[in-house]
Amino acid sequence: MNHAQSADKAAAARLDAALMRVDGVTLQYKTPNHLVTATYRVSLDIQKTDRLVLLGPSGCGKSTLLKAIAGFLTPVEGTITLKGKPVIGPGPDRMMVFQEFDQLLPWKTVNANVMFPMLVNGVPREEARARASDAITMVNLAKFADAYPHMLSGGMKQRVAIARAMAMKPDVLLMDEPYAALDALTRRKMQDELLQLWQDVRFTLVFVTHSIEEAVVVGSRIVVLSPHPGQVRAELNSGFAQNDRGGPAFQQLTTRISHMLFDDEATSQATEPAR
Amino acid sequence: MSETSTMFGSPRPEFEHKVTAPVGLGDVAKPLSFAEKLGANPAFRRGVILVVLALTWELYARWLASPLTFPTFLETLQALLDGIASGIIPQRLAVTLETLVAGYAIGLTIAALFTTAAVTTRIGTDLLSTFTAMFNPLPAIALLPLALLWFGLGRPSLIFVIVHSVLWAVALNMHSGFLSVSETLRMAGRTFGLRGMSFVFKILVPAAFPAILAGLKIGWAFAWRTLIAAELVFGVSSGQGGLGWFIFENRNTLDTASVFAGLLTVMAVGLVVEGLIFRFLEAHTIRRWGMQSA
Repeated sequence: MNHAQSADKAAAARLDAALMRVDGVTLQYKTPNHLVTATYRVSLDIQKTDRLVLLGPSGCGKSTLLKAIAGFLTPVEGTITLKGKPVIGPGPDRMMVFQEFDQLLPWKTVNANVMFPMLVNGVPREEARARASDAITMVNLAKFADAYPHMLSGGMKQRVAIARAMAMKPDVLLMDEPYAALDALTRRKMQDELLQLWQDVRFTLVFVTHSIEEAVVVGSRIVVLSPHPGQVRAELNSGFAQNDRGGPAFQQLTTRISHMLFDDEATSQATEPAR
Repeated sequence: MSETSTMFGSPRPEFEHKVTAPVGLGDVAKPLSFAEKLGANPAFRRGVILVVLALTWELYARWLASPLTFPTFLETLQALLDGIASGIIPQRLAVTLETLVAGYAIGLTIAALFTTAAVTTRIGTDLLSTFTAMFNPLPAIALLPLALLWFGLGRPSLIFVIVHSVLWAVALNMHSGFLSVSETLRMAGRTFGLRGMSFVFKILVPAAFPAILAGLKIGWAFAWRTLIAAELVFGVSSGQGGLGWFIFENRNTLDTASVFAGLLTVMAVGLVVEGLIFRFLEAHTIRRWGMQSA
């Protein structure tokens, strides 16, 4: 907070460049027995063509924060704005790719799945068809355009979900641990494909993960969140070419982040009994 | 031998193989013989069962030699053909089906309205669960005396009991189907900007379709049984009776073969609707979508 206040001018300058702004957002949700505070006064800016990664251990509220950005949750404190307008509900300007494979509509073919959100939002059928076909080709599934989701592997389903979101040309593409349920080899391939896609299209991405390595690979900017409740621990720049992966700079950043996450945890555990 | 190899055993050799085509297995894929294909065909196997049943029936009835209590299969078949040729069975069937379709359609419409209210409002949920708990266990036939009092002798009473038998079973199935739609699919639908009715019809209904179809099947079976039973009790009152009345009438004239013919018609209609209409619906929806295995 202090840091933010001292950098007011810099923040004001960034305000103009920011596509999306999360400002002092506190999020709470109810379980049957508790009122859980998921994040506490989280602020961050998302700029155009950012690949912003929300990284943190479980319980840091990163998924909850993403849901709030998507519009499924309303902050109890603070504001979330997209192009200066407050976010009041879910909408197709913030398409989301979920972790679960069942996000595709099983009663529609791959092609119909990709076209569906466009048709719902009034894109003319011919244009929707063309955009869907482009998006499906981009994720290398042209051969499966007429297949039903149950015929596809997990990785292919996630590709369809990405194509469906991209075809909509949202202002921000939200991804909630999209590769967490995939095997390690497929996950790595999907990360490379996502980066390639970004090279081609330059979309704006907010990506949630709990894997430090994935954050460093995928992100251009990494927001490290501390747990219970989630607060911004650090914002770091990343951005490695694919063949830099595993190199010394990559290792250094990974180590730096893991120190932040694990050393904090050790400290908080040590101080916990005193509270 | 070095120290490590005595400790861990000697290192095992590494190798790589070249994969070759299997030799001596014959054809990798060869066509099945005609008998094997026939045995794998469920329609053929069930057909055999039917033939055996008919044969047993014929032999037993001949041995019994009492056409008044148990006519032979051939006599029943003859009565069925006569009934169809004279136009009585088709006409009675038409009356029954007309009543059935009307009742079924009204029942489904009310069930759809009820369920939509139940998924969109909390009071709707409470209403639906209370009503289904109260009325689902109540046999439709038990309402017949009341229906007669309210609607008189005739088709409206029949339709009333059919609606009752369809409504609760279908509403219960639809509602549980809607509830089991995954949270991810709901959230995906909402990010597309779907709200209210369009959300219900474009996301919830297709996603819950397996449960809805199961509800339709149960509703159909309930309606069909209820209707035949109700017609047996008072089908004549409407001026022109249905199949149930056909059975009742022939029992009164001791034309047992025609009673059997009527029963066979009831079974045949049940089979056609189950085996053709619902199967066709399933094959083109939930099985194609991978929501139900074949």
